Amino acid sequence: MSMTQQSSVNWDKSAGALFAREQVKKLPMPKGEYFEGPFKIATRAASFLLIAVMAAIFLLLLYQSFPVFKTFGFTFITSSRWNPVSNNFGSLASIVGTLVTSLIAVIFGVPLALGSAFFLNELCPFKLRSTLSTMIELLAAIPSIIYGMWGLFVWVPIMSHVIQPAMIKNLGGIPLVGGFFQGPPFGIGTLTAGLILSVMILPFIASVSLQAFKSVPASLREAAYGTGANVWEICWKIIIPYTKTSVIGAIMLGLGRALGETMAVTFVIGNAHRLSLSLLAPGTTISATLANEFAEAFGNTYIASLLALGLILFLITFVILSITRILLLSTKRRMPL
Amino acid sequence: MKTDPMVILKRKIVNRMMIALFTIAVIISIGALAAILWKLSVAGLKGFTLDVFLKSTPAPGTGGGLLNAIVGSVVLVVTGLIGAIPIGIMAGTYLAEYGRNSRLGDVIRFCTDILLSAPSIIIGLFIYGIIVLPSGHFSAWAGAASLCLIALPVIVRTTEDMLRLVPDSLREAAIALGCPYWKMIVKIGWKAARPGIVTGILLALARISGETAPLLFTSLNNQFSTSTMNGPIASLPIVIFQFAMSPYKDWQNLAWSGAFLITITVLAINILSRSVFFKKRTQ
Repeated sequence: MSMTQQSSVNWDKSAGALFAREQVKKLPMPKGEYFEGPFKIATRAASFLLIAVMAAIFLLLLYQSFPVFKTFGFTFITSSRWNPVSNNFGSLASIVGTLVTSLIAVIFGVPLALGSAFFLNELCPFKLRSTLSTMIELLAAIPSIIYGMWGLFVWVPIMSHVIQPAMIKNLGGIPLVGGFFQGPPFGIGTLTAGLILSVMILPFIASVSLQAFKSVPASLREAAYGTGANVWEICWKIIIPYTKTSVIGAIMLGLGRALGETMAVTFVIGNAHRLSLSLLAPGTTISATLANEFAEAFGNTYIASLLALGLILFLITFVILSITRILLLSTKRRMPL
Repeated sequence: MKTDPMVILKRKIVNRMMIALFTIAVIISIGALAAILWKLSVAGLKGFTLDVFLKSTPAPGTGGGLLNAIVGSVVLVVTGLIGAIPIGIMAGTYLAEYGRNSRLGDVIRFCTDILLSAPSIIIGLFIYGIIVLPSGHFSAWAGAASLCLIALPVIVRTTEDMLRLVPDSLREAAIALGCPYWKMIVKIGWKAARPGIVTGILLALARISGETAPLLFTSLNNQFSTSTMNGPIASLPIVIFQFAMSPYKDWQNLAWSGAFLITITVLAINILSRSVFFKKRTQ
């Protein structure tokens, strides 16, 4: 066995280490040995804290929101009546809003992210590559509240004066899909929120996909180019099949981020607890409802209902992020920061 | 073998079209960054005077600055980081050293990864439940605690990853010389991984500097400067949120100044952390 192989296996169980440890035990106690126990316990305690936090979040939300499910039962999830004054709470509008905005974000964000990743992987001049990928990653560093302001002050006027009137005029009359594009052009609303979210999740999807694309063996790509495949065929028939799992993982990660995104959505969604077919109408999401109402909530039922919303959001994102992690781990990749 | 010229033409057209679409995608992505930075600079620099740093948040219509918000943000972020750094480094050390191949390590890694991407507003709710509710009032401590929980998984992950990059031969050499395990970690592991760990801390700092959602119902907001951690405290993101959503023009302008300030800080920290890390890698 060569040296490099030996060091890549579980080293503290390797014969050399076991032997060395036995020998060390025979020696007089080295300086500082007594600190070994406390140090190990401290590291273990710190890492236990992460499990504890995770479990505590779940238990606390469950405990606090228990009265809500007892009072309203399933109607808390199936009703869209959210009326703090009459103490009547149903979260359907928030849940649907969360899912719809995230879906819009994925629909617009995925092509942009994958297109950018393909460009950086196949077409980009080498000198520009790291600059451009850093710039895309910086999109993820911009705080969510900045996206919110950008959305409210830049996109809402554009949406209400240009894009939405055009949509209402051209798409509103089409049967079946027309209903999605009807109503007055407020500017704020589900569609605007989804579009802002698509820009926010783009860097996550792009950077995870790009990493995966880079892992495609050069011989595969060279063989394909050698037999006359063009750029698009390389991307679609070589890279995508090879990295399918990671790319789906990246998309799920984007979805998970979009579901829980708060501030950007709060700025542009309009906070209306109303189910409406139109994507142009104001709506709300779980996170936006929490951000808008929690600090001013009055009465036990109201606060408990908001915490129950939090529980629902936590469970949805937990499932999505767990799937993401399984997909990424199966290709030896980890969740990005 | 004869190839159908129509097939060749079709492949060519599709290829050209897709290349164009990829290029458009990257232009839109980079364009979004440029557009945000452009809007921030134009709107943020308009009211960006020394007053921003010297005066407290005003009532509508009277001039003022963001002093108390900036101070509050610094207090919250620093307190949160002071909590997160030791815990995060210790937990990351456990994952990379003692718990490297253990079942427990896998569970902790799972929790870290979920917390890393979990909605930050949920962290706010959690802190509300365990600190604000029992104590009966909003406080800077609660805000700092929620930022601490957001910074924690970032530091854990980078510490673990960076310690794993340290070659095992270094560890074996230290152990072979009779060095206690903990001393090997501190003197060899941490020392070799230091640039990476610093990168992690900087990334965590950048992350929590702009966090708004978890502060909404933990540290709340405060119109005035405060010297106690037991009461509500102003913070830059919350003030930006409040002012940007208000109908007053001067408040909105201040919000843009704050947004400019926060974005420049966060992006600068991000770029700095990258350069710290890449300097290490090229050495």
